[in-house]
Amino acid sequence: MRVAFERPSALADIPTHYCPGCTHGIAHRLVAETLEELKVFDRAVGIAPVGCSVLAYNYFDCDMVQAAHGRAPAVATGLKRARPDAVVFTYQGDGDLASIGMAELVHAAARGECITVVFINNAIYGMTGGQMAPTTLLGQHTSTSPAGREPGREGFPIRVCELLERVRGVAYLARIPLTSPANVARARSSVRKAFQTQLEGKGFALVELLSSCPTGWGMPPREALRWVDEVMTEYYPPGEFRTEPGDPGGGPAGKRGSQP
Amino acid sequence: MDELVLMKGNEAVGEAAIRAGCRFFFGYPITPQNEIPEYMSRRLPEVGGVFVQAESELAAINMVYGCAAAGARAMTSSSSPGISLKQEGISYLCGSELPALIVNMIRGGPGLGTIQPAQSDYFQAVKGGGHGDYRVLVYGPASVQEMVDLTYLAVGRADHYRNPVLVLGDGILGQMMEPVRFPAAVDPAGLPEKPWATNGRRGGPKRLLNSLYLEPEKCEDHNRELQAKYCEMAATEKRWETVATEDAELVVVAYGTTARICRTGLEGLRERGVPVGLFRPISLWPFPDEALDALIEGGKVRSLLAVEMSAGQMVEDVRLAARGRVPVHFYGRAGGMVPQPEEIQEHVRALLEGGAANAGGL
Repeated sequence: MRVAFERPSALADIPTHYCPGCTHGIAHRLVAETLEELKVFDRAVGIAPVGCSVLAYNYFDCDMVQAAHGRAPAVATGLKRARPDAVVFTYQGDGDLASIGMAELVHAAARGECITVVFINNAIYGMTGGQMAPTTLLGQHTSTSPAGREPGREGFPIRVCELLERVRGVAYLARIPLTSPANVARARSSVRKAFQTQLEGKGFALVELLSSCPTGWGMPPREALRWVDEVMTEYYPPGEFRTEPGDPGGGPAGKRGSQP
Repeated sequence: MDELVLMKGNEAVGEAAIRAGCRFFFGYPITPQNEIPEYMSRRLPEVGGVFVQAESELAAINMVYGCAAAGARAMTSSSSPGISLKQEGISYLCGSELPALIVNMIRGGPGLGTIQPAQSDYFQAVKGGGHGDYRVLVYGPASVQEMVDLTYLAVGRADHYRNPVLVLGDGILGQMMEPVRFPAAVDPAGLPEKPWATNGRRGGPKRLLNSLYLEPEKCEDHNRELQAKYCEMAATEKRWETVATEDAELVVVAYGTTARICRTGLEGLRERGVPVGLFRPISLWPFPDEALDALIEGGKVRSLLAVEMSAGQMVEDVRLAARGRVPVHFYGRAGGMVPQPEEIQEHVRALLEGGAANAGGL
């Protein structure tokens, strides 16, 4: 009998706590497969965030460190500086990365730290029960923006890739929705490039994975995936924003994402 | 032992850490400790080390966390407002049982306070400034030489206990120059392996460094293990010095810079036959309570006077050790003001003459 599909060995053989329809499982799998394919599992160290994926330290079977909320890029910096031969990645949600950890993120990027950041953007705080995230869309209802996000009251959602696009030190930057087999294949390619960027010592790499949160959004899983494709990608256009290190220049931003 | 060199306290701390095998420094500028990052930024590359100026004290302590997780000896330094920002990281270092050297050159507070020296971070240092039940070893040196020796010791103790160790200096100790001798250099390559370090499995079992225990039973077990470690520290790590306490009726209790000023003042009084002595805690946590207890049990001591550059913080530990057997008086200067030896003398004399001494405040 031929085994056509199995759990990547870089993932521990235990059930995850993620809700039905959540795309964390796909994201975990893509990272685990990449560690195997690039044959770096044995020198990989993952940094788990605070948020829904805090228990990622149980699911990834490589060495893992749990960080304080938002501080994963700083922890990764210390680790990578001490062990440049280690393959260091952070796995962070939108609250962790783009709210409380924005300073750590931008400065790790500006220093061109050779780390890989896997960014899960589902536009909500899942773990704490559906509060507003820095990436919550305008009009989106959450438990702390019950009337819908309104810019005069709650401000505008932050586009992380567009922000980092202008930061020198960033060598790879992409945003992909985890919504269809075709998109998952694109995401796999981007995750791989984000790790390859680190292996080649080119600098900072980040992949933003647009993810669904059926529980937090109050939607059935299929509707949630459709919402990612039809609503989230309007504000967060998918594509590769940077594929090489270099000076992005200081002029007005005209470039948008392009399909990888 | 190397030759005697004249060195500024801040730079000497950095060199002592390097001698102890520390090759990684992460910090953020703040007065009055800027010479530490400055020294490390030029010295560490010479010894194959790494200096990173972090974007904040928060980031710096978390870089230390990551570096320690990889198994390396790492340090950060700051002064009071910056140390407040590091409290989150210190709690996580304790929770995940990671070693680190942290230096605080205290300045007056609260808030931005002043850039002048103070001892007003004692509570924060010894009672745990961050969240959760944790302890860190805290050393309070009184000279540049002692700061070198305790920094050197701190790096080793941190590894031994897998716990952060705090060296509590102040603006004076950081800024003044004194002759120092450095201990023998430790080669980091020769240090024992840390089997718990997360630097990639490399054929071995998975390692996890974590402070989250969602099941309360497991979190309590974790706390019990931590407390056992702190008990061991309390039993073995107490350090103190006594000066002329054998026949002293009044013993001044002071640490760090203040102890040194008190010593000058007390020497003047001793020359005039006044029966005063000095008890100087060197480890601030664990506080050397048994030694102070023994001094009181000796029967000669009739009162204690705690002197601090604060509104009265260490005095609480002195009162706990005294257990009401002798009166504990307090004299303090705050906000960056430094007491003069004459002030101490005047205060001691007033106390011995039964004058209405300041019992509490500044």
